Amino acid sequence: MTLTSKGPLPSEPYDVTVVGAGVVGSAIARELAAHHRLRVALVEASGDVGDGTSKANTAILHTGFDAVPGSLEARLVREGQRLLAAYAADSGIPVEPVGALLVAWDDEQLAALPGLLDKARGNAYTAARIIDADEVWAREPHLGPGALGALDVPGESIICPWTTTLAYATQAVRGGVHLHLNCRVKKGNWVEYPAGGCRELATSRGVLRTRYLINAAGLHTDDLDQQLLGEGKFAVTPRRGQLIVFDKLARDLVRHILLPVPTALGKGVLVAPTVYGNVLLGPTAEELDDKTGTGTTADGLDTLRAKGRRILPALLDEEVTTVYAGLRAATEHDDYQIHASPDERWITVGGIRSTGLTASMAIAAYVVDLLADAAGPELDLTHAGDLDPVRMPNLGEAFPRPYQRADLIATDPAYGTIVCHCERVTRGEIRDALISTVPPGSLDGLRRRTRARGGRCQGFYCGAAVRELFDGWGESGAAR
Amino acid sequence: MRRQRAIDVLVIGGGPAGLAAAGRLARVGAGTVEVLEREGRAGGVPRHCHHRGFGRWGVTGPQYADRLVEAALGAGVAVRTGVSATGWAGALVVDTTGPHGLERITARAVVLATGARERPRAARLVPGTRPAGVYTTGELQQAVHLHHQRIGTRAVVVGAEPVSYAALAALRRAGVEVAALVTEETRPQVGRARAASARLGRRVPLLTGTTIVELLGRGRLSGVRLRHADGRPGAIACDTVVFTGDFVPEQELARRGRVPLDSGTRGPAVDGAFRTAARGVFAVGNVLHAVEPARAAAREGAAAAVAVRRHLEGADWPASAGLPVEAVAPLRWVAPNRLVPGEPPVPGARFLLRTAETLVRPVLLVTQGGRCLHRARVPRRVLANGSLHLSGAWVGLVDAAGGAVRIGLG
Repeated sequence: MTLTSKGPLPSEPYDVTVVGAGVVGSAIARELAAHHRLRVALVEASGDVGDGTSKANTAILHTGFDAVPGSLEARLVREGQRLLAAYAADSGIPVEPVGALLVAWDDEQLAALPGLLDKARGNAYTAARIIDADEVWAREPHLGPGALGALDVPGESIICPWTTTLAYATQAVRGGVHLHLNCRVKKGNWVEYPAGGCRELATSRGVLRTRYLINAAGLHTDDLDQQLLGEGKFAVTPRRGQLIVFDKLARDLVRHILLPVPTALGKGVLVAPTVYGNVLLGPTAEELDDKTGTGTTADGLDTLRAKGRRILPALLDEEVTTVYAGLRAATEHDDYQIHASPDERWITVGGIRSTGLTASMAIAAYVVDLLADAAGPELDLTHAGDLDPVRMPNLGEAFPRPYQRADLIATDPAYGTIVCHCERVTRGEIRDALISTVPPGSLDGLRRRTRARGGRCQGFYCGAAVRELFDGWGESGAAR
Repeated sequence: MRRQRAIDVLVIGGGPAGLAAAGRLARVGAGTVEVLEREGRAGGVPRHCHHRGFGRWGVTGPQYADRLVEAALGAGVAVRTGVSATGWAGALVVDTTGPHGLERITARAVVLATGARERPRAARLVPGTRPAGVYTTGELQQAVHLHHQRIGTRAVVVGAEPVSYAALAALRRAGVEVAALVTEETRPQVGRARAASARLGRRVPLLTGTTIVELLGRGRLSGVRLRHADGRPGAIACDTVVFTGDFVPEQELARRGRVPLDSGTRGPAVDGAFRTAARGVFAVGNVLHAVEPARAAAREGAAAAVAVRRHLEGADWPASAGLPVEAVAPLRWVAPNRLVPGEPPVPGARFLLRTAETLVRPVLLVTQGGRCLHRARVPRRVLANGSLHLSGAWVGLVDAAGGAVRIGLG
């Protein structure tokens, strides 16, 4: 297994290099790993996988009921939902099929429900139906006053986005993909060198040689196309979504994902449970110029609180656990932007918006098909082998966690030693994460793998102890 | 499989209040008394407060914590560290997790002594990025004193309360330069001598009437943006920021057990005998009133032990929740906040009030339905967010049918 985070890159050329280890890039790398004879690299500018847009989304496994019928996105979300639901069940990625209600709060929204129902049917999603106000109240007793009806979408689920990306990356690395972190692709010439199909890529860690490149750089997809190919088919405009995470004691207030009804005035915000047992309120939708603008703002948080108070008034009395902001890779187009440039030995996977988590496995399969077409006999992509299954540590509240398992504690008392009290993360889980196939490079990475320090106290009780464990294992060199 | 056990008293939380309650109960022969402490060592917050001034002799926090633990152990209390209470399996049945496995403990009385914590940056809705280098005092003190970790080079402390000055001391101990103390209040909430010592002796500027409006930096904190009371913006370059004070009761277990809370304190509602509305469940210490000094919490724990023992001996549990006791602005809250008419608070217990504004020799007025029950002058100045104490001498005058008792200023 090869995972590097510093020093020069191997000099032997790769057959395929995937740029960007977000949920999409990691899924593509995993798909390529099944082709055992290929030499595949997954390179990531940050020090961790899933460290950009993929870490800060609304964590929903969509049915795709509201996609534009006939679009590539609609198709890949529909296929991806099925693939990921099955993969999650096999891999231990927590998923809770809580269902969604699109609650109409005014006449305009109520009038929009039949259109959404038609759209759902157009997307071959037939389980949706419109329910009246009484049924809405019966199913969501803590809802604020004024709900007029809702579209019931029982197939929508909540999922752990962190474990998903990590599972893909873990399986890719175990399957032979080389993961290079802290490896930013720089501006350069994308030309054959030497002759024979191999090209050179300038990176922050030196030269990387590869025959094909898959650009899954998320927010930076357009920049990479521009800098290396000298052209781009689209521009990414980061759309910021700020979110507030409420404490676990708020979890009983909400049973479904409460989605807004999209109208001419905008998409509105959702209230959703998380698989960690919290409640999420957001996102805002702000078009930015700055692709690093992941800060929250006073205005954004005020807006969310005002909207949340209307949807679920009691939510605002609960403590806030954390706030964060993510950037969606929106483009001027209404659909995913996945293009192959066979002459350039290049595939661009861009414009993957908030549905990318759901669609990731279908995107990966689609991209590998494109690659097979583009490469022809040059890359043997006809025979996919099997990948060893992965079993990820469970971060979900709906499934037994180590601190609840007498069997596990009996085999190793470290699973009975709770270090992070708010999230009930044990010493055993922290140790396992630190020596895992794709270990965390920072405390934030450790949080995404274990939930440690992610609770209501944000480290008041456990912060120093968790850091002690992190530093201890880091120094012993167990990880890298 | 959970091991099942039955004991007499289960105290959840091994800080000053819990240890003092357990120690006294064991000393008076209340049967098997057990303290669950989820940390590796008992003693609570004093474990990582290295300044002096704890207890009657003004020892350091760790010394004080050790003495409390020794006293409890000496009295025959079973202090079980590294064991977490994870939930309830019945009214007086608690599930636990520890390195030795899972247990289900049934007790005749449960005492919640889970303490309080500081509200972290996110809960205060401070906007900006999410860099490393953002602390609460609790995390800072543990990092400095228990783990000897590297903190940073230049810090801003948010707050000017006693705990803020404790954070200042921990930063100095860790070799961190303190750029400023920043508070939204108009003056520090400590005595003049202590404030002057930091400002003049240590040359740490105090910015009053100032709000932190944004955290800056990627990966590591690079600075904070400020807004002064007159609207002027500002900024301080720093790699560390410590959010101090703004304590909240650690009330998860109480809520999971459906123990009603008081809307003022946000801790469990209790009467003068530290009884919650859940039969057999008591609450004591800073989970009731975030926060009082360790010594006050310990004193309260000892007082609560009297009430717990009465319960074990068969005293009646009040059938109703009693009358509410309410604080009138500018008083924020009062604890205890329920009252059983005719029953005086247990010896050693008193009413604690918190004020939102600075008061000069205030007169506390206890009324019920417009009728004055009691007047008491507090012969000193009480700073904003400071505590006032009131004896329960007037409780006998309360009319059982007279409705809520209000405590305000005369």
